[in-house]
Amino acid sequence: MGKTIAEKIFDDHRVDQPFDGVTVLRLDRVFCHEITTPTAIQDLVARGKDRVFDPDKIKAVIDHVTPAKDAKTALQGKVLRDWARRHKITDFFDIGRNGVCHALFPEKGFVRPGFVIIMGDSHTCTHGAFGAFAAGVGTTDLEVGILKGVCAFKKPDTLKIEIFGHLQPGVFAKDVILEVIRRITVNGATNQVIEFCGPVVDAMSMESRMTLSNMAVEAGATSGICRPDAVTVEYLWPFIKDEYPDRDAALADFSRYLPDDDAVYAGQETIDVTDLVPLTTFGYKPDQVKPVSDMAGTRVDQVYIGSCTNGRIEDLWVAAQVVKGKKIAETIRAIVSPATADVFSKAMDDGLIKIFMDAGFCVTNPTCGACLGMSNGVLASGEVAAATTNRNFNGRMGKGGMVHLMSPATAAATALAGTIANSPLFAQQD
Amino acid sequence: MTTFSGTALCLDRADINTDEIIPARYLTEIDKNVLGPHLMEDLDLAGFDPQKDLAGINVLVTRENFGCGSSREHAPWALEANGIRVVIAESFARIFYQNMFNCGMLAITLDTKQIDRLCNAAGPSPVHISVDVDAGEITATAGPDTWTIPFTLSGFEKALVKAGGWVEYADQNY
Repeated sequence: MGKTIAEKIFDDHRVDQPFDGVTVLRLDRVFCHEITTPTAIQDLVARGKDRVFDPDKIKAVIDHVTPAKDAKTALQGKVLRDWARRHKITDFFDIGRNGVCHALFPEKGFVRPGFVIIMGDSHTCTHGAFGAFAAGVGTTDLEVGILKGVCAFKKPDTLKIEIFGHLQPGVFAKDVILEVIRRITVNGATNQVIEFCGPVVDAMSMESRMTLSNMAVEAGATSGICRPDAVTVEYLWPFIKDEYPDRDAALADFSRYLPDDDAVYAGQETIDVTDLVPLTTFGYKPDQVKPVSDMAGTRVDQVYIGSCTNGRIEDLWVAAQVVKGKKIAETIRAIVSPATADVFSKAMDDGLIKIFMDAGFCVTNPTCGACLGMSNGVLASGEVAAATTNRNFNGRMGKGGMVHLMSPATAAATALAGTIANSPLFAQQD
Repeated sequence: MTTFSGTALCLDRADINTDEIIPARYLTEIDKNVLGPHLMEDLDLAGFDPQKDLAGINVLVTRENFGCGSSREHAPWALEANGIRVVIAESFARIFYQNMFNCGMLAITLDTKQIDRLCNAAGPSPVHISVDVDAGEITATAGPDTWTIPFTLSGFEKALVKAGGWVEYADQNY
């Protein structure tokens, strides 16, 4: 019987099956940030187990609240920083070199097809874009990952989502994933891995695939995996060029993790995106999704372009294209947070930062900031945000606030209009 | 014998998310107990007053997809800080479910009919629930009525509850 990508990775990484249906997997990477890791570190210290399984396989970043905003967040950063130094964690990213974890770690070349990755962050599924099994976990799983380099998973079934057709201009990966979540609902893939495939995914950049995989958890999925291909190889080539004689050899190696033709799936969705229009959310759940045109005119107080979903250079390019030479509405506060120091630097070189600033955007340093209402860019009660982030839960960006999720193009157009609006990049706007 | 017991509260809504269980603004806390007073302060549920309604509660009964959203273990910790160590729901989000057992706490899945009965039973006096993990049985008492509900946990989940969590188990075995 054929195997899915996740099944192949599980077979490769199985350490134990202590109980029926439970597999303990060997970890290739444990990613850490300053919000969920310090508690794990403190608990390990308290248990007399202040050890790490492999300082090269653990990567750490301060990204959620950076620079620290108060004594508490300064302490969280300090606990992580001291621990990283104490254990000689090879790759630790502090202020000035840091960025939103799920944008930074791929950019540094830390992800490979076939890897098993955990992190104390639900959007760890982003790294599935590379053909990895990457899952968000709680602090206890993280703690065991740090200590022993293993994590237990129930074997997840795979939901195959095949995306075909042609995306219209102005319709992006963000719209595709909102459509997927609208169709399968917020728990449509609970305890499942989503395998994204089809010609539309094949044609996507790695950045767009990360946007797709990033929101798999909003449908409850353990991970959102894309098939590794030549696009994956090209993205990773600077990091793997010493490991393979040429790109074809890398592609052949990565192809080990392609699903078998006779792989057995728990379910299958086929989505033709040819008629897909730009989408946005309207409620407190990520599956409450409508065409942007249906929401046109909705009042917005703040626009936020950034986060692990849509803060990459590709996203900034699209948004800048919309705002270039224009001014944001007087009633709007607009914030752009390049996801990493490298994205920020590229955006400077490409002139994007100037475009945003000339339009009236506030440009922040790379941080998770406003996305979860922890740091800069928090909403006041009753305020409404149009955001390129991934979660619109009640109070997410601040108590009493409302968040509408959308693509960078739609967010940029909304900043100009002052109310939710389709971007001029979308040909069929009303 | 591993048992959990106490007074139950029904949160009659699906998709209660981790931001509603403990808002992200409190994730700056390193000490778990500091989370206690903020449990469910953003919960979007008509007539719900966390200060009043959660007082003295040890068991939550709720609907589908409880704990969706963030991986934050702060959600089970905030429950534990309030003396709540059992959540009974129609279904759970994966990470929350695993976090509960990793902490040595209990997440039990029951069908809609059983949840309906638990939610509708509370009259003048609240529902009291006693969970026997080894027997796989919940005993519910509401006024003069007492009934039992069987449930199943996997061997792994039982082992984690008995061991009091995943850290010691893993360090001994791997």
